[in-house]
Amino acid sequence: MNADYLELTDLTVSFDGFVAVDHVDLTVLQGDLRFLIGPNGAGKTTLIDAVSGLVPATGRAEFGGQDLLGRKVHRIARMGVGRTFQTATVFEELSVLQNLDIAAGSGRSAWTLLRRRRGVPPSVAEAMETVGLTELADTPAGILAHGQKQWLEIGMLLVQDARLLMLDEPVAGMSGEEKEQTGHLLRRISADTTVVVVEHDMDFMRAFAKSVTVLHAGKVLSEGSVAQVQADPLVQEVYLGPGSHTAEEAAIVLGEGV
Amino acid sequence: MSEFDTAASRVSALRGRWAVLVGFGVAAVLLFAVAPAVLTSFRLGLLGKYLCYAMVAVGIGLAWGRGGMLVLGQGVFFGIGAYLMAMHLKLADAGADGVPDFMALISSSGVPGWWEPFRSGWVTLVAILVLPALLAALLGLATFRRRVRGAYFAILSQALAAAFAILLIGNPTATGGSTGLNNFVGFFGFSLRDPVNRQMLYFIAAGVLLAMLLLVRQLMVSRYGELLVACRDSEERVRFLGYDPATVKTVAFAVAAMMAGIGGALFVPIVGIISPNDVGIVPSIGLLIGVAIGGRTTLAGPVLGAIAVAWAETSLSEQFPSGWTYAQGLMFMLVVAFLPGGLASLGAVRGLRRKIAAADPTVAAETADGDPAPVPATEPRHAHGGAQA
Ligand SMILES: Nc1ncnc2c1ncn2[C@@H]1O[C@H](COP(=O)(O)OP(=O)(O)OP(=O)(O)O)[C@@H](O)[C@H]1O
Ligand SMILES: [Mg+2]
Repeated sequence: MNADYLELTDLTVSFDGFVAVDHVDLTVLQGDLRFLIGPNGAGKTTLIDAVSGLVPATGRAEFGGQDLLGRKVHRIARMGVGRTFQTATVFEELSVLQNLDIAAGSGRSAWTLLRRRRGVPPSVAEAMETVGLTELADTPAGILAHGQKQWLEIGMLLVQDARLLMLDEPVAGMSGEEKEQTGHLLRRISADTTVVVVEHDMDFMRAFAKSVTVLHAGKVLSEGSVAQVQADPLVQEVYLGPGSHTAEEAAIVLGEGV
Repeated sequence: MSEFDTAASRVSALRGRWAVLVGFGVAAVLLFAVAPAVLTSFRLGLLGKYLCYAMVAVGIGLAWGRGGMLVLGQGVFFGIGAYLMAMHLKLADAGADGVPDFMALISSSGVPGWWEPFRSGWVTLVAILVLPALLAALLGLATFRRRVRGAYFAILSQALAAAFAILLIGNPTATGGSTGLNNFVGFFGFSLRDPVNRQMLYFIAAGVLLAMLLLVRQLMVSRYGELLVACRDSEERVRFLGYDPATVKTVAFAVAAMMAGIGGALFVPIVGIISPNDVGIVPSIGLLIGVAIGGRTTLAGPVLGAIAVAWAETSLSEQFPSGWTYAQGLMFMLVVAFLPGGLASLGAVRGLRRKIAAADPTVAAETADGDPAPVPATEPRHAHGGAQA
């Protein structure tokens, strides 16, 4: 299982000539918790889209030794690649339980599908506990609070048995305490999976990232530990504008650990 | 842990099951005991015709209400079933190696080769069950794979209905042209002139309709049913969970087509005529309107809506022949604008009030968790519940 890692080589996505992801090389090992940061429009979401099969890309995107590019979305998902969306996307008219049960079941036989669900599958019950939605099992997902929807999405990733998890701004709109819980959850998950988190929340990144990649205008600008990235003059320039900056200035934008 | 289940879901499932059981009991009594007792044989024949439409409606409820496919061309599948049956009846009436009466009248070249297999009753029955579903499966895979959705799928299915009607009219020697096929004498050895046999046909239609309802009910409460609703609400998301929504939707579309085909096949001996007027765009939309009015996401809504609309058409079009089409369009617009869940959602709203009064007001605030059908009949796409942002 230690062969699980994500390796992007020369990954490029262009929309009608506009290059949104520009020859990106990136390796994320199993056990890592990689944060992908960068200003708006840097290409973070597009990178995830390319790996998960939503937009066509050139180059290579290998996971577990197999190239993902050119495959259909649902095939990539079945290879153990799961993702969430910048705006939480759950099945609004289905209950929390139904959402999770569907996420858990892509391998089910036709016969199982044609029958009613009896009780709750253990993996679903466990995921509901983990993301704290057990009480809301029968609530339609559409009326969950925003943060709860994001947790539901994470829960769906868990039951999906994804080995590569890509989360697009998972804590946007969460309260401080919710962020804290999410961070610990991601830490736990990342122990034996490969996790990529896109985030704008610098405090959150500083608290939980194991490593960071900064993307700017489709290119990798900087990569390393949180401290290394924060100290990188290139990164400070992108976030603060050209010129030299004091540690205080950088701290305001990039967090206190500079 | 595996035995874990929420009390609320168990209670509502139990209540749902009872409601459905009672509903089926009432429907069976009405169809099998009350209707034959109180209706003249002419009226019973009319009801039988409506039941055939209702079979198409059950399928539309599944494909459109649950699967979100705007199936505007179900007349095609209805027509295939009907013409297959009509061909067989004409051949059977003509006797071994005989030529059906209308063919003998307008051409001397005899029975076309592709009619011949349908001299056999078994071949015909199998074809009725298989051909509409097969055509729908091919069409579904071809379009859903290419992610043809929404309006484009609707237009495509409608174009198919138009093309089918034109094809029928353009080949009078083989299909009876715009007159269609009629004057059937026997039905698998039974005389269609005998009122007892005609009543039997009505009973068959009633039984088949109830069986279809049971099948759709099972599909709705199954995991497949949940998956279908998920595809309707967010096809893209389903894909990222490792399913191919094209397959999921195609299954529902094929089942709907099969039901339409069976409805068409029974329509022929019950009504005694099938013509391009019964299979083109207008009847296809008429069927959809009944479903919309009844409530497309529910189990009983499509059936009741289709029967009500067909009944209203019979009664009203006698008095205002041309007004009916407009009345139908008006009803459709009213329902879509003010009651998107159809009349069935009125019941759901009542249920909701009861629920709010009884239960946690913060949770139930915006849903309309209806009766047996597990999914609200209305379609609020309200995004974020908004409690805490
Ligand atoms: N489907 C598309 N067609 C054309 N251009 C696109 C498309 N999707 C994204 N882009 C462009 O690609 C660039 C990168 O977008 P992307 O959404 O990946 O940025 P991001 O880093 O996720 O930004 P944010 O932090 O705002 O979410 C943007 O300039 C965007 O306008
Ligand atoms: Mg983004």
